[in-house]
Amino acid sequence: MNPLLRKMPLMRNCKEITALVVAREDRELPPTERMALRMHMAICQACPVFERQMLTMRNAMKQWRHNGTED
Amino acid sequence: MTDTEIHQALVAQHGYLMRFARLQLRNEAWAEDAVSETLLVALAKPQAFEGRSQLKTWLVGILKHKIIDSLRQRQREVVLDSGSEDDNFDPLEHMAFKADGHFAQSPADWGNPEQDLNTRQFMAVLDACTEKLPPTQARLFLMREWLELSSNEICKELGLTATNLYVQLHRARLRLRECLELNWFASR
Repeated sequence: MNPLLRKMPLMRNCKEITALVVAREDRELPPTERMALRMHMAICQACPVFERQMLTMRNAMKQWRHNGTED
Repeated sequence: MTDTEIHQALVAQHGYLMRFARLQLRNEAWAEDAVSETLLVALAKPQAFEGRSQLKTWLVGILKHKIIDSLRQRQREVVLDSGSEDDNFDPLEHMAFKADGHFAQSPADWGNPEQDLNTRQFMAVLDACTEKLPPTQARLFLMREWLELSSNEICKELGLTATNLYVQLHRARLRLRECLELNWFASR
């Protein structure tokens, strides 16, 4: 990435975005982080795939909770 | 139901309750205590459950309260044994990032395993992966996902700082993700 762009407060790399996507499961992100996340998702192909993995895990845990009390 | 029937019905649930207690507490003695206390509460008010169909749900509800008490009482030990170097490693460092922090290759498309026919097997893998988490990470992760406590509530119950909690949950979630990828998605 262009080093000048890198200095802009809302520009994040995939590694930073990945950490935010994980953090979002346990805490509310401040507005700046939410905005950085949105901007990155709009231009990145890989991070939305990671985001879907986290969503799958969230759904799976929900089912695991319910199944667990049935059988 | 007669007293004997109630007694038998409760004892029959022992193994089932132990499974959850073990997974959440990661300590055999604590788990035994929490399950025994649960059965004692149930025996003291057998009129509180209508029939066997609701017995399990009722018992799990009591068990969850007993487990929270147990975690609260042992708060120091609950979060202390994250000693090994392996536990302190950030799984983010395992992932395929380039030097500039961008993905070297896209993460895998997992599809919808929680919706398709493989649900049962997938749940078994999820179970095994949860069991493999280091004790502290497992306890905190299951406090979120099984006891359904908020991050604030967990910090309060355990006298933990938010930063410390978030670091542990971050590692637990990424570790679980990695385990699922290796044991479920990569093998299909």
